[in-house]
Amino acid sequence: MQPAFDIQQERDTLIVRASGPWSRQALTSSPLVPDAMTSKAIAALRDAKTVRFLADDVTAWDSVLLSSFNAVAQAARAAGLAVDTSALPGGMGPMLDMALAVPPGNGGSRKEEPGFLETIGEKTLAWPGITKNVVDFVGDVAMSMARFFSGRASCSPRDTWNVFRECGVDALPIVTLTSLLLGLILAFVSSMQLKLFGAEIYVASLVGVSMVRVMGPVLTGIVLSGRTGASFAAVIGSMQVNEEVDALTGFGISPTDFLVLPRVLGLAVMTPLLTLYADVAGIAGGFLVGVLMLDISPAAYIGNTLQFMKLGYVWTGLLHAFVFGFIISLCGCYQGMRCGRNASAVGRATTAAVVNSIVGIIVATSVITIILTVLDL
Amino acid sequence: MIPANSAVSTRDVTVAYGSRVIQSGLTFTIEKGDIFIIMGGSGCGKSSLLRVLMGLTPPAKGSVFYGKTDFWNAPEKEREAIMRRTGVMFQSGALWTSRTLAENVALPLEYYTDLSPRDIRAIASFKLSLVGLAGFEDFYPSEISGGMKKRAGLARALALDPEVVYFDEPSAGLDPVSAARLDELILQLRDTLGMTVVVVTHELASIFAIASNSVFLDAKTKTMTASGDPHELLRHGPDEVVEFLTRGKGRDRGENQ
Repeated sequence: MQPAFDIQQERDTLIVRASGPWSRQALTSSPLVPDAMTSKAIAALRDAKTVRFLADDVTAWDSVLLSSFNAVAQAARAAGLAVDTSALPGGMGPMLDMALAVPPGNGGSRKEEPGFLETIGEKTLAWPGITKNVVDFVGDVAMSMARFFSGRASCSPRDTWNVFRECGVDALPIVTLTSLLLGLILAFVSSMQLKLFGAEIYVASLVGVSMVRVMGPVLTGIVLSGRTGASFAAVIGSMQVNEEVDALTGFGISPTDFLVLPRVLGLAVMTPLLTLYADVAGIAGGFLVGVLMLDISPAAYIGNTLQFMKLGYVWTGLLHAFVFGFIISLCGCYQGMRCGRNASAVGRATTAAVVNSIVGIIVATSVITIILTVLDL
Repeated sequence: MIPANSAVSTRDVTVAYGSRVIQSGLTFTIEKGDIFIIMGGSGCGKSSLLRVLMGLTPPAKGSVFYGKTDFWNAPEKEREAIMRRTGVMFQSGALWTSRTLAENVALPLEYYTDLSPRDIRAIASFKLSLVGLAGFEDFYPSEISGGMKKRAGLARALALDPEVVYFDEPSAGLDPVSAARLDELILQLRDTLGMTVVVVTHELASIFAIASNSVFLDAKTKTMTASGDPHELLRHGPDEVVEFLTRGKGRDRGENQ
């Protein structure tokens, strides 16, 4: 036997009779709510004033049957009919009454998923708000730094020290590995071309200048945004979820001073330092290739590197690194501070922090390069 | 006019969540030394109102006065000074999870005072023993139970000897004995330290044990429908308040079953 609904109209009463086994296991293909019972279909019936439920022939039931009745009853109500559950056997009637006792609240159902055009519109309209938030945030941080340098913002020395350690010393191994390898790669690739002209010696200056001027800072920036920027967003984001940020505000402690400032300062100082280190490691990588594979003598390699190196290049690299430090820490902290109050929001914040800071690094590199070229530096 | 002994008072406050108004037209005065209960059913906006009172979210409309100062229109400096004189016990504790309990209590002291680390540690230990957590100084929040987190949250709220302490659902998730102990502690704080206590709760046992004044927020009409001593409200209050105060009370005693 199959679960079934039988619907009849007797004068002004619509009788909905369920029969058969109505349980989760028995219900295979039949729809929970028959098409004849949508609120549209009910509204189309003439003279119906009441809907009455019967379930005398039901052999077994669980909440599936009640869900079905509930859906019909809600539809009937929406069409303006009264609901009569008095003829239901067992505890069904009272239980259904309980479900129907509170009418659907206005806050109960969510808006439908927006369509494609609607999504574009919403995202566009959100722009001014996001821009304002970003400007507010950067302004807050700037004020906080002003307070710090005039000695009025206290961020916990221990936290600041932790940040310095986390984004400085702890990042050394990965920075060593990546920049050493980058130096190797640069040397290899350039040697293939320079060999054609018998100019392998220039591998040294090519690796040196490109590492110091731009590759070192960019590589350090990308490593730090994946490592440190993501961790900033995740840490502050989870603190937001756990109301820890509110707890700070509740004590009149500004979260910008306490959480954001040490991180921004930490990266502004540590990124240039790590960059210097990365430069050296990268040149060491090039040196290995030059000396071991290209048969350049160590003295010649170092000589060629120094011959073409200018102090200006070092400054240019450090300028990049300093700007990247701000970009990474601001992106990470901004996403953390704006993080929503659930677990997936922390994930989104972390992703956004990394994506934003890498895009920011690339854009900033082009802007700085253009400016320096125009200024002829 | 704001009464002279008002600790916190509201004028026609509207609490909204985004564009959805949850409560409006809230005007009440919390006097110094009051144990003031904000009560009402689930979802009526109690906690949102608390966030407005303690300065975390601005009200959609209306003003909150601390003494005679209009909090939300005061300069930031003054707002921070006021928040320093208030303590909050969050519903879930909201402890700083990367710090031990002692460090949690110590942080506001480190931030605002020039006390030596040893003195700060002694103060932190005392505040933790007040809430029954002596010996747990060096535990991390993840290593203790939910009820202990709440109590540690209270110890932290008391760190700066605040004038006003806010409790968000203090007894939710506590066993009856701990809940009763907490009520006792709240009374003690008021009587010995003269603190003003604002409690969001729907725990009837607590309400009748500690309240000296209250306000009832109604979820349907989206405004306050009664205010005053709950004992009085039980006798003369509007129907829905009496229902709120007796239904549950009957259930507490097992009478309604």
